[in-house]
Amino acid sequence: MSALFEALTLQSGYNAALVTIGAALLGISAGATGTFLYLRKRALVSDAVAHATLPGVGIAFMIMVAFGLDGRSLIGLLVGSAISAGLGLLAVDWITRKTRLSEDAAIGAVLSVFFGFGIVLLTIIQTMSAGRQAGLEGFLLGSTAGMLRADAVVIAVGGGLSLLALIALRRPMTLVTFDESYAQSTGVNIRRIDLAMMGLVMAVTVIGLKLVGLILVVAMLIIPSATARFWTNRTEGVVWIAGAIGGLSGWIGAAISASAPDLPTGPIIVLVAAGVFILSMVFAPGRGVVSALLRHRSFQHRVHLRQGLLALAHGEKIYDPLTLKVLSRERLIRPDGVATDEGRAVAAKALLDERRYAIARRARPEEAQSGLLDGLKPISEVLTRDELKAIDAELGPVT
Amino acid sequence: MELVRQDGNSVTQSSKPAAVSVRGLTVSYGESPVVFSVDADLPLGQMTAIVGPNGAGKSTFLKAVLSIVKRLSGSVEVFGLPFEAARSKVAYVPQRASVDWDFPTRVIDVVMMGLYAELGLLGRMTGAHKLRARACLDRVGMADFAERQIGQLSGGQQQRVFLARALAQNADLFVLDEPFAGVDAATEKAIVSVLKSLRDEGRTIVAVHHDLSTVPEYFDHVLLLNRRKISEGSIADAFTQSALQEAYGGKLGAAQAPIADRA
Repeated sequence: MSALFEALTLQSGYNAALVTIGAALLGISAGATGTFLYLRKRALVSDAVAHATLPGVGIAFMIMVAFGLDGRSLIGLLVGSAISAGLGLLAVDWITRKTRLSEDAAIGAVLSVFFGFGIVLLTIIQTMSAGRQAGLEGFLLGSTAGMLRADAVVIAVGGGLSLLALIALRRPMTLVTFDESYAQSTGVNIRRIDLAMMGLVMAVTVIGLKLVGLILVVAMLIIPSATARFWTNRTEGVVWIAGAIGGLSGWIGAAISASAPDLPTGPIIVLVAAGVFILSMVFAPGRGVVSALLRHRSFQHRVHLRQGLLALAHGEKIYDPLTLKVLSRERLIRPDGVATDEGRAVAAKALLDERRYAIARRARPEEAQSGLLDGLKPISEVLTRDELKAIDAELGPVT
Repeated sequence: MELVRQDGNSVTQSSKPAAVSVRGLTVSYGESPVVFSVDADLPLGQMTAIVGPNGAGKSTFLKAVLSIVKRLSGSVEVFGLPFEAARSKVAYVPQRASVDWDFPTRVIDVVMMGLYAELGLLGRMTGAHKLRARACLDRVGMADFAERQIGQLSGGQQQRVFLARALAQNADLFVLDEPFAGVDAATEKAIVSVLKSLRDEGRTIVAVHHDLSTVPEYFDHVLLLNRRKISEGSIADAFTQSALQEAYGGKLGAAQAPIADRA
C-alpha cells in the first residue's frame, strides 16, 4: 500500500513520475476531446483512427532506418502514425460519402485492413537487422519502460494544444453535435468541424500510442465522457468532468502499475477508468441504477398518494395498506382513516389537477402516451402558465 | 428597411419588396428532383405559409433557401443579397424531431446557442447576453423552465425553446419548419402570437405549415408547393379551392380531414 502511495505522490523514481504525469495529461486531453465524438455518436471512428496508425509506425521506421537515422525516434514514428491515421480517416469519410455503405461498415473495413497491413510491416521489420530491438510492438498495448523526458514533453505539448483547440471550437462543435441543420443555417461548415473533431481525436490517439497503445486508446477517448454523462446535464459539464475523470484514471492507473512489478500501464489505466464508469453507472444521481430504483419507489409512493387523495376527494373508502400508510405519513388522514383538514384541502387540489390533466391528455394524445401527463406531479410543474390558463378556461368555474 | 437593396431590377415581380427571392430553384436527392424550377417572392414584413402535401418538398425548399442542402440550379436572394451575405439576418427553426432531446443541455443553454454566431469562437458570454437569452425565453412563456434539461419538456415546450433560440439571433427573417407539428393548442396560440408580434415589428416570417384550416387565420401570403410551384400570392389570390385541388389532388380530402377533427 505504501508503494502505491509513493507512486501516487510521484516518489517512486524518475521514470515512474514521468509516466504518471504523462498519463494524467493524456487522460485529461483524451477525456475532454472524446466528449464531442461520444455526443456525436461516432465513438467507433476513433477505433478506426487508432488502428490505422500502425502502418504509419512501420513505414516511418523503415524510412528512418533507410536514411541511416535512429528508427526509434518517437517524433518520427508519431508523424508517420499521424499520416496513416489521417489516410484511414479520409478513407472512412470517403467510403461513407461516396458509396451506399454505412459508416460502421466503412469503419470495420478500414480498421481491419490498416491494422492487418501494419502487422505485416511489423513482421517484416522483425526480420531486419535494425528492427529486432526496435520494440515497435510496444505501440500495440503501450510500453512505458523506456519512457523519456522528451516523450512526456510530447504528450504534454500535444495534449495542451488539443485542449486549446477544443476550447476554441467548443461552440461550433456543440452546435454540430446537437442540431446539425441549425448549425448549417448559421454558417457553420459541418464537414470542416467534423474533420477538426477527428483531427483532434487523431492528435490525442497519436500522442497516446506510446503510453496506452493503439488498441486501448479508444477507451481513453470514450469511457470518460460516457462516465461524465451520468453526472451532468450540460455539454460543458460533460467536457470538464470527462477531462477530470480521464486525468484521474491516468494518474491512478499509472501509479498502480508503478507500485507493483509486471502490471502493464495502459490496461491498468483503462481498468481504473472502467471502475469509475461502473461506480457512476450504479451510484450517479438521476441517471444511475440506484437512483432509478429510488425513483421507482418514489414513483410508487406518488401513485399511492394520488390514488388516496382522489379517493378522499370522492369520499371513497381506502383499503390499500400502502396507500393508507403514505397518506397518514403525510398527515393527510387521521389514524382512523378520516381525512384531516389539510388532507381535504390537498385532496380538493388533486381533484382539480386530475380534471386539468384529463383535458390536457385529450388535447394531446401523443404526450399522454409518453407518460408526461401521467397526472402524478402537480400540473403547474409540468405545464407553462399559459398552457394552464387555457386548460382552466376550458374547465370553466370550479364547482 | 435599410436591408433591402432597391436595385430597380425586375427581381421582384410584385409591387411589395421581397424578403426572399427565389428563381428557378431545383433540388434533387439522387436523380429525382424534390423541388423543380420554383420561382417565388416572399414579401417583406409579412407572414408566408409554405403549404403542400407530404413529400411536396416544402422542408427541402426551406433548406435550399438557407443553403443547408445544395441547389442543383437556381438562385436565392435574401433582402436583395446572396444568402451568404444576408445570413446574419436570418434565423432558422428546424423540425423538432431533427435533434436528440436527451442531449446534455438545459433550456437556457439551447437559447444561448442563438448567440453563438454573434459571439464568434472566443467572444465572452456576458451578463447582458444571459439577460437577453432569458428575455427570449420569457417571450415564449418558458422563463420558469430555464434550468430544466431539455428531455423533460413536452413537444410544445421544445418547440417554444427552438423559437426562443431563433429570437436570440435578433434576425429580420424567421424561417420555421412545421412549427405547429405535434404541439398543443396553447403552444400553437403562443407561437402564433409571438410570430405576429415579430411581423408587426417589421420582420418577415416564412413557415412550412400543414394545417390548411388555419392558413388564412395565421398568414398573409401563401406558397403552394408540390415539387413545382402551384400558386403563390396573397391568401385571397393564391389560396383557392382550385389551387388546393391541384396541389393535393385526390389527397385533399385526407388533408382536410384533421380540420374537422379540430373543430
